[in-house]
Amino acid sequence: MIEVKDIHKSFGDAHILKGISTTFETGKTNLIIGQSGSGKTVFLKCLLGLFEKDKGTISYDGNIYSELTDDQKRDLRADMGMVFQGSALFDSMTILENVMFPLRMFTNQPKSEMEERADFVLKRVNLVDAHNKYPAEASGGMQKRVAIARAIVNKPKFLFCDEPNSGLDPKTAIVIDNLIQEITDEYQITTVINSHDMNSVMEIGEKIVFLKDGLKAWEGSKETIFKTDNKVVTDFVYSSNLFKKVRKMYIEENQ
Amino acid sequence: MTYLHNIGTYFLMIVEMFRKPTKWSVMRNLILKDIDDLIIGSLGIVAFLSFFVGGVVTIQTALNIDNPLIPKYLVGFATRQSIVLEFAPTFMSIIMAGKVGSFITSSIGSMRVTEQIDALEVMGINSLNYLVFPKLMAMLLYPFVISIAMFLGIIGGLVACVYGGFSTLTDYITGIQEGFISFHIIYAFIKTFVFAFILATIPSFHGFYMRGGALEVGKASTTSFVWTSVVIIVVNYFLTDMLLS
Repeated sequence: MIEVKDIHKSFGDAHILKGISTTFETGKTNLIIGQSGSGKTVFLKCLLGLFEKDKGTISYDGNIYSELTDDQKRDLRADMGMVFQGSALFDSMTILENVMFPLRMFTNQPKSEMEERADFVLKRVNLVDAHNKYPAEASGGMQKRVAIARAIVNKPKFLFCDEPNSGLDPKTAIVIDNLIQEITDEYQITTVINSHDMNSVMEIGEKIVFLKDGLKAWEGSKETIFKTDNKVVTDFVYSSNLFKKVRKMYIEENQ
Repeated sequence: MTYLHNIGTYFLMIVEMFRKPTKWSVMRNLILKDIDDLIIGSLGIVAFLSFFVGGVVTIQTALNIDNPLIPKYLVGFATRQSIVLEFAPTFMSIIMAGKVGSFITSSIGSMRVTEQIDALEVMGINSLNYLVFPKLMAMLLYPFVISIAMFLGIIGGLVACVYGGFSTLTDYITGIQEGFISFHIIYAFIKTFVFAFILATIPSFHGFYMRGGALEVGKASTTSFVWTSVVIIVVNYFLTDMLLS
């Protein structure tokens, strides 16, 4: 579980995060949504420790990050997996080497064991014959699967995903969303996903935090987001006519 | 103010590069790969340039000596001094700032743009140690490249001198042995080690701290070449003043 209390972050005069508090629960897919410029990426990078927050606390399974020693922080980071928006695979390595990378860095397993584990997670993300390809030879969907495989290969406790299905066609996007949810359930990890894709919200949003102008404007789940009367949320989520109709039908069906 | 900030960041980068070392089994492979990319990959161009520049230095020297009182072996002597003292260590380093420096900046810059450096940081890896330290270690072999440049420069001079009919083989050999001061070789290699450090770190700095996209990677490579060359020339002046004056 990740608990966030009163997080503030500024860049010069620009106050990006203005005091966000929330909880991301274990075994659930937690989504951070909001318009571009709402502070989603900065918030995620603060959770990852890539940005130093100005104020507030973040605790991972009860351990407050800022109170940890350097060694403890390093151990905690080894428990984190991250899927970047652009996959961020290492160009000079094959897909198998990319997936084995965290094992090479953080374990002393023999090569055969590392290959076996990497092969297992590649199969888990439904990639069978791509081991010796380089990232440049793989499609966008394949790259995302490899990124997920690399993120989970070392059995992390926390999985972070930044726009995991951006640039993918709707069908592949749903496959990736479902894969993330299955992995979260299977390994009981705390998954935090940064997204502005409404399909993802409706598909896997077990917990949703909506950000606006650096503040938490609303939080709930994929079920409650249909019913909310919060205008800021409805203006964002139901900005398309299709979603307006879907919402109307959902409310009518459930009355 | 920006210059001061960049200089401070550069020195902090160097300190950070030595902290939280990467596992030796991984680092060893990174160093070997960088030796292949930076050192072995440069040998061809270094050999080609040194041989022909050595020849040109010899021809220019021979053509400018028209006084019959000046001994013919002076051509070999002048070629050796030019190649050993300046051409091989300094001007070859400026050429390497273009080849090796641009490669380092663009490869690290591309990793920055595609979030690969962020991926390393998230995993708790000291990205400066992982990316820059192996390049610095690989560049410790740079004096080997410069030795080849010295050798082939002098050989190029010999070929141009003898086959161009400017002097005899004996005169040229006498010239390159004449007034040999072994400290000049030490001086050249001290410079080479300093330039190797500059060649590994300044381009890495420009790649690592760049912001933006593909266009900015190109701009960072150009800026890196300019600053690496400027620093090499300035440091060369001070080292020469300190060691030879």
